[in-house]
Amino acid sequence: MTDTRQRPLRVLAAMSGGVDSAVAAARAAEAGHDVTGVHLALSANPQSFRTGARGCCTVEDSRDARRAADVIGIPFYVWDLAERFREDVVEDFVAEYEAGRTPNPCLRCNEKIKFAALLDKALALGFDAVCTGHYATVVVREDGRRELHRASDEAKDQSYVLGVLDARQLAHALFPLGDTLTTKDEIRAEAERRGLAVAKKPDSHDICFIADGDTQGFLAKRLGRAEGDIVDESGARLGTHDGAYGFTIGQRKGLRIGHPAPDGKPRYVLDISPVDNTVTVGPAEALEVSALTAVRPRWCGTAPSGPGTYTAQLRAHGGETEVSAELVGGELRVAFTEPVRGVAPGQAIVLYDGTRVVGSATIAATTRRPGTVTA
Amino acid sequence: MAYLDHAATTPMLPEAIEAMTAQLAATGNASSLHAAGRRARRTVEEAREALAEALGARPSEVVLTSGGTEADNLAVKGLYWARRAADPRRTRVLASPVEHHAVLDAVHWLAGHEGANVEYLPVDALGRVHPETLREALERDPSDVALATVMWANNEIGTVMPVRELADVAAEFAVPLHSDAVQAFGQLDVGFAASGLAAMTVSSHKIGGPYGVGALLLGREHSPVPVLHGGGQERHVRSGTLDVPAVAAFAVAARTAAERREDFARDIGALRDRLVAAVLDAVPDAILGGDPEDRLPANAHFTFPGCEGDSLLLLLDARGIECSTGSACTAGVAQPSHVLLATGTAPDLARGTLRFSLGHTSTAEDVEAVAGAIGPAVERARAAGLS
Repeated sequence: MTDTRQRPLRVLAAMSGGVDSAVAAARAAEAGHDVTGVHLALSANPQSFRTGARGCCTVEDSRDARRAADVIGIPFYVWDLAERFREDVVEDFVAEYEAGRTPNPCLRCNEKIKFAALLDKALALGFDAVCTGHYATVVVREDGRRELHRASDEAKDQSYVLGVLDARQLAHALFPLGDTLTTKDEIRAEAERRGLAVAKKPDSHDICFIADGDTQGFLAKRLGRAEGDIVDESGARLGTHDGAYGFTIGQRKGLRIGHPAPDGKPRYVLDISPVDNTVTVGPAEALEVSALTAVRPRWCGTAPSGPGTYTAQLRAHGGETEVSAELVGGELRVAFTEPVRGVAPGQAIVLYDGTRVVGSATIAATTRRPGTVTA
Repeated sequence: MAYLDHAATTPMLPEAIEAMTAQLAATGNASSLHAAGRRARRTVEEAREALAEALGARPSEVVLTSGGTEADNLAVKGLYWARRAADPRRTRVLASPVEHHAVLDAVHWLAGHEGANVEYLPVDALGRVHPETLREALERDPSDVALATVMWANNEIGTVMPVRELADVAAEFAVPLHSDAVQAFGQLDVGFAASGLAAMTVSSHKIGGPYGVGALLLGREHSPVPVLHGGGQERHVRSGTLDVPAVAAFAVAARTAAERREDFARDIGALRDRLVAAVLDAVPDAILGGDPEDRLPANAHFTFPGCEGDSLLLLLDARGIECSTGSACTAGVAQPSHVLLATGTAPDLARGTLRFSLGHTSTAEDVEAVAGAIGPAVERARAAGLS
């Protein structure tokens, strides 16, 4: 049994101006809930019109969201959460890269903005729930416990970026798109059928506050040029870079090392050391991680007691891998059944039990196969 | 449903709808020479005469426009260009900082693109420009002033400006004074000839006429440079085929508004006083904005400390009460009102405002609805806080 068949709720629908959140709001209204739309102005420069590039939080997005709300027939407001977003998401994003980690700002936004700042304000104003266009399913057990599950269509599943939600946040979340086996094309067709003009609007970039998709350019502007060495595992200097923050563990392209490795095999980023501004590269095998430690664990229900076996997802669009995990002194210790490659500190590990989200934590350190620990 | 946003727009009067629909079926460009054109021109000129009478002006002083915004732009930009063309030293523009954006942004544009030196005349805590303030600004150097512009009554907080005194001061220095009387028309005596103004803006849809039509009352000695060039239909300062049905209906609404003004001010003023009392009773720390006495009879403006105006709007809207925060949005994001900031209100406080504006359809039930809803709404909005 899912949310949309519950008693009518007072629902605040977060409407980005995109097709998913518009259809989600429409479905919530159709299900009999009392829905109010809200567009979050998150950009520090809300005046900016996007120019071809697909961004977020522009005047045009706000108008698209308003237009959709008018068609659905629900009240609509714009709330300015730009300052909170800058502090909690954008600055955190920059600081994480500066520290050599690879953050996921969408998780951060869900944890700190959509299901914190927005949800708190919604609850204070008398709303029961916040509705978004995420593809994930909330299952209500007979005893009233609520569980977050992968979307019915696992290809579109976004439960990974919602893995940071705790039980309280989940209790006030509504995901009307999650429990239907509809493809994106079908969502667009549904939008069309509902008369929503956003039906044909292109999908947004992964990182909404980098409208042109150029993350490196964004970071370079914020952090400046800082030339440093690219070295191999033995410490031998192979080349230079313009800033260690510009790299992600597992990255292969853009290393700009003029000469090939002695064995002719491609080289990958193994380690980023912000302290001495050094990027270490090496062969693919050296990327293999057998275990990791993750901090700031968050649980969708009660925290698991004792070690357990789960499947884990390590990236927004990554596959699943089997792990055993245990909570030790507030830290999550994870061992992989089979070694995995390209695990970057800063990213979230989300643990699943079948389709159910158990919880998440932020990767702090990994153990490479030879037994070395990298932070 | 309690509609308390008449300052945004007010329902059309039945007699204006009747006049408009009658004209919609008729053909005729008021500039044409044939019979159809003559009929249309007669309708327009009769409307112009009715407007002139309602506004205490001569028919030749009524320049019809597409609305208040165009009239404000024509007055501010047109008079600036004309005065500067006559004497290139005249680049100073004196404006109150509490003007509607139609004036404020026009003035700002002149500063950015036409070399205007804009001087904002300070207002007191009630949002009023004092005649002495204008005098000081003019005395400093009367020869470099292109024009001054001060609204008749403020659209947000309702304070009435001492327009006649200001016009007297401006006249002493032979500087044209423009006044945006969009909110004042229908509520105050805005006789143009008696005011001493060089130019005055009025709008149709704020007094029960249709959207898309307004007028600039313009003294005959003033020839602003046009903003719209073309056929020169309106005294060669405004071009564009006249919207005959809208003009006819505007005239009917203006005549009705002028006839009913005193009754409106008394009756709606009394209803407004009850609304103010009810709100202050329900929320004792609410602050009534603007001048408590000398204000628009239909305006009630409040600041609710610790509230976001947007939250209050949402909560009242859900209870069927339609009002406004009173301030403009930037990209849909509520900004602290420039009017309140100009009166010295702290920015955080200036975010928690609501404007209730009454009109010809307002009833005691509307006031009761606000009285019942405002206390709980403010309590809720305070819990939600300032984001």
